[in-house]
Amino acid sequence: MAGIQLRGLVKRYGQGAHAVPVLHGIDASVHDGEFVVIVGPSGCGKSTLLRMVAGLEEITEGEVQIGERVVNELEPAERDIAMVFQNYALYPHMTVFDNMAYGLKIARVPRDEIRARVDKAAAILELGGLLHRKPRELSGGQRQRVAMGRAIVRQPQVFLFDEPLSNLDAKLRAQTRLEIQTLHRELGITSLFVTHDQVEAMTLAQRMLVMNGGRMEQFGTPQEVYEQPASTFVASFIGSPPMNLLQQARGVPQGRILGVRPEHLRLSAQIDGNGWVARVNAQEMLGAERLLYLRLGDESVIVRLDEATPVPPIGSEVQVTPRADRLHWFDAATGLRGEEPA
Amino acid sequence: MVERRPALTLITHLLLLLGVMVVAFPVYLAWVASTHTASTIAQSMPLPLWPGAHGLDNYALALLGGVGESGSRYPATLPMLGVSLASALIIALGKIAISLLSAFAIVYFRFPMRQLVFWMVFVTLMLPVEVRIGPTYQVVADLGLLNTYAGLTVPLIASATATFLLRQFFLTVPDELVEAARIDGAGPMRFFRDVLLPLSATPMAALFVIQFIYGWNQYLWPLLVTTDESMYPIVLGIKRLIAGEVYTDWNIVMAVTLLAMLPPAVVVIGMQKWFVKGLVDTEK
Repeated sequence: MAGIQLRGLVKRYGQGAHAVPVLHGIDASVHDGEFVVIVGPSGCGKSTLLRMVAGLEEITEGEVQIGERVVNELEPAERDIAMVFQNYALYPHMTVFDNMAYGLKIARVPRDEIRARVDKAAAILELGGLLHRKPRELSGGQRQRVAMGRAIVRQPQVFLFDEPLSNLDAKLRAQTRLEIQTLHRELGITSLFVTHDQVEAMTLAQRMLVMNGGRMEQFGTPQEVYEQPASTFVASFIGSPPMNLLQQARGVPQGRILGVRPEHLRLSAQIDGNGWVARVNAQEMLGAERLLYLRLGDESVIVRLDEATPVPPIGSEVQVTPRADRLHWFDAATGLRGEEPA
Repeated sequence: MVERRPALTLITHLLLLLGVMVVAFPVYLAWVASTHTASTIAQSMPLPLWPGAHGLDNYALALLGGVGESGSRYPATLPMLGVSLASALIIALGKIAISLLSAFAIVYFRFPMRQLVFWMVFVTLMLPVEVRIGPTYQVVADLGLLNTYAGLTVPLIASATATFLLRQFFLTVPDELVEAARIDGAGPMRFFRDVLLPLSATPMAALFVIQFIYGWNQYLWPLLVTTDESMYPIVLGIKRLIAGEVYTDWNIVMAVTLLAMLPPAVVVIGMQKWFVKGLVDTEK
């Protein structure tokens, strides 16, 4: 069992003047046994960060510490980690059993113990009957479980997941998400999980690390990140549909941005001057709820309605009022969260 | 075929049959000739189309050597087949072994001037044995390798073709597999042995077929480096059956030729499935 400390992690590709910076200095501390999700858009450096922890990518500056050891100079195999890859990376010519046992064989674990550990992992993952199959004879979901099994049998201090669910279909993804949660609860192993999917991040994370452009935007529990986004980026990246960010609406001072989540806007057909007047542009029916797209001056606003609320006709004018206790204020220049203007 | 029309099917089959006949008829004729006596072949015009009764005698004579009808002495073919088989196997396996290692180095290691090394290997494609035959002969002669298996095979083993084919194959092996092996604690040679080698089975089989036939068909190089009859490969043997003697026993020549075709044919037919898979298959 071990926590992970990231201290001033910098990654640059190339050298000298032509170096391309990818990570600009990440500082974070992951507690022992915690499940942390690293989330961000494509190219934000989240996979690079994970691979630096794994030892697959060299560290340009800074330190990675796993447990009590600084692991910068250690080979991946010596870091006491296990990794689940996006494409599973199973050895195609080995059986499921051999795939899971390979790392243990190299580590010269006695044969009986390998057998016992693989059997145990197979039981947890319900792979019992498949141990003699080759990966190509398995479905995507089964391959995914074998990849997890390979990680489990090593009994590592840290699990690293690199978008392991993105090759599964939607239904299987939801199911596997639950399985990973259960697994983490049972094994209690510190986990880093990289994804670009904010739903995955919200559901799995004990704490989530939101990244953008090689920088850490926020590191907190899903609730904190959702309720108090640290920047306009986090506000628009987490939550679907994203938070409305308004600069020109009435009541927003110069140099500030007001953020309101779509579910915190109230709609009324009567215009009495207590809110903003907007025009209905379009609506989307999502089953239990509807999304209403409004035009407010030059800005667009999304309102989430429950099914009971009648939908105003498209093209009509409506009044929207934000809930006063759910306002988020940001600085327009830096995008960072700020105090409510006086 | 996308279209399903009986007439079209008929025509395509007829064309195929024609093609088979064009290819197979000379071989058939050679076989027929190898079953007659030399005088029958010499006197009949045109050649007989049906096999005669002297097949066993002719093949026995070809394999074990002896005196033909014309009175010419024929050396035994069996040892020559042995020399050919041994050198073709050494060349094919040697090429695969060396190319595996060099392709592995070029693809998986970041050593200084890696690209330069790769291109140097690649450029040797432009320098086949025929082009550098003089200096190569000099080297082999100076090393005292004339009339040895080493002399017969080593200069033919270095192969850019095989290196290139394997490099292309290695490049298609996903990086994640390499990384998974690293995390599992497999060092480079362990990865090579446990992961890369088993995955390369099909391209290796394809290479084996190509290189075996390449080795088997060598003529010019053995002609230079062998002077001792016991080190003659079969291809040289065939040549010597026709040259020099006043009168040629064509039945024996045909028998030897067919015997010489047999091992490569067996290799091709036996490994056909693997061969095609190795050049076409992309499943990882």
